[in-house]
Amino acid sequence: MEDVKHAHPNYIAVFIALAVLTGLELFVAFLPWSQMTRILILIGLALWKALMVALYYMHLRFEPQRLRWLAAAPLPLAVILVFIVTREFRW
Amino acid sequence: MAHAGALHDEDVMLPPPGREPGAGVYNEKLGMWVFLGSEVMFFTALIGTYIILRVAHPTAWKAPGVVLAVPITAINTFLLICSSVTMVKAFASVQDGNLSGLRKWLIATVLIGSTFVGVQVYEYRHLIEKGFVPSEGLYGSTFYTMTGFHGFHVTIGVICLIFVTWRAFQGRYSAKDYRGVEVIGLYWHFVDLVWIILFTIVYLI
Repeated sequence: MEDVKHAHPNYIAVFIALAVLTGLELFVAFLPWSQMTRILILIGLALWKALMVALYYMHLRFEPQRLRWLAAAPLPLAVILVFIVTREFRW
Repeated sequence: MAHAGALHDEDVMLPPPGREPGAGVYNEKLGMWVFLGSEVMFFTALIGTYIILRVAHPTAWKAPGVVLAVPITAINTFLLICSSVTMVKAFASVQDGNLSGLRKWLIATVLIGSTFVGVQVYEYRHLIEKGFVPSEGLYGSTFYTMTGFHGFHVTIGVICLIFVTWRAFQGRYSAKDYRGVEVIGLYWHFVDLVWIILFTIVYLI
């Protein structure tokens, strides 16, 4: 079985970070700030959390470069898809 | 070899070499990553549709916490994060050859994942009793479509985890072969990752 051997990351520290960021999201969601400010902060926090899960829990940080490219391949397509559909309602 | 060289010189297609570098991982893991790539596009289609509908019809949505119960969903989000750490601890255990740890953490993951599904069912019942049904305009249809498909993925994940746990009790995994644990772990963390995005855009924005 081919595999990449590496020391275990500190999974509990990642878990604590995810929990703290979730708490921060709940705090920001109900702040009396402008909606655009809240949306940008909340999406930024969500992407940060998602990245931590991918890098540490899914071990992308420790995988071969080729697999990392494979995992990242759909992301530009996802961005293009979302960008195009958000243009739709303005036509 | 002189014969092979002669073929090459004549520009005839040669058979592939015996061993190609590939992605550097075993096939099951590669297959799961390709599948997860298709899942990214699936959920992107749902999220993209949600964004266009929401931007085009902003009055169809209520402010966070008005219709949807944010506190109970926040607890559910925390549960899914907990299940991710128990899953990765199961993986670490089997890598270290700690098979009792593997079984313990897998059971914890199954239990927490099942609780997530149970809380989602409770949430749906509560919302439907309040009159927030899938036919309740764009808000209802997009909410139930996105969270429903995610809940379906979690349910499939729990079923697969039960199967992997059963195999773990049969002694099918070891420090030398833990493919099944790692592959279901990738799926499970992906489901957690998708929920992180959905929780933000469906419940908090």
